[in-house]
Amino acid sequence: MLQQYGIIAVFLVGGAATAVAALAANWLLRPKKPPEGDKLATYECGLETQGPTWIQFKVSYFLYALVFLLFDVETVFLYPWAVQFQALGLFAFAEMIIFIGILVLGLWYAWKEGALKWL
Amino acid sequence: MLDVSALLFWLLAAITIAAALAVVLLKNIVHSALYLVLTFAGVAGIYILLQAEFLAAVQLLIYAGAVAILIVFAVMLTRRGDIKASNLYNFNYLAAGVVSLALLVIIILGNGRMAWTAAPAPAPASNVAAIANAFLGRYAIPFEVAAVLLLVAMVGAILLARGGKPER
Repeated sequence: MLQQYGIIAVFLVGGAATAVAALAANWLLRPKKPPEGDKLATYECGLETQGPTWIQFKVSYFLYALVFLLFDVETVFLYPWAVQFQALGLFAFAEMIIFIGILVLGLWYAWKEGALKWL
Repeated sequence: MLDVSALLFWLLAAITIAAALAVVLLKNIVHSALYLVLTFAGVAGIYILLQAEFLAAVQLLIYAGAVAILIVFAVMLTRRGDIKASNLYNFNYLAAGVVSLALLVIIILGNGRMAWTAAPAPAPASNVAAIANAFLGRYAIPFEVAAVLLLVAMVGAILLARGGKPER
């Protein structure tokens, strides 16, 4: 089993190495002259930003996080079912449809209450 | 194989502890939250080393996914003042140090008293399959009740977050 996860580890290390290699190649090839004038501007064209970047979000966005959290927990229940799907058969399929159906009620409620509306 | 496992364990432990220290020491609380994700991912890696696949998946989905997002959302929603100084040291470090030291001593004593056997039982070939069979076979009713529990949690959370309907 650990060998299979070794492939994931190789993928992760390769992904990180690609990012580091791109930055390193950039650093090697670019001119080393210190930037001046408009080079230091955030946008060389376009409007200057005003005020701090870290602004406070609207509280209503918290509902997306809550709904996401609940469906994330549902995914935990779906995962073993998906792994064993072929061996479990029709009865388990019906059970899972009921499980998902109960949770879709929650989604319907969230929709009805306007929790999914983009403000 | 054992040596590779040990090497991976120390690597993961080092990453986890370094990320956990970054959570405590960084000044920007959003950066702390992101390092918390790395800490959770390191713990998930250790679960995989222990052949607890399902626990690792849960750790990644719930902790690294949902809990971290909830923390970042909570920070971004409630923040006041300068974000660059949002996670400063406070004056309770002495009390925190005493409590942490006491916990460390308890853990060391507990580990010292435990008789370590090599492996109490061989790990099952696929614990995900065993969990699936238990969920959808013997424990089908608790499984469906869990769905009802999740539904109640979702409705309750929406109701609390929206503050109910305005009375007329």
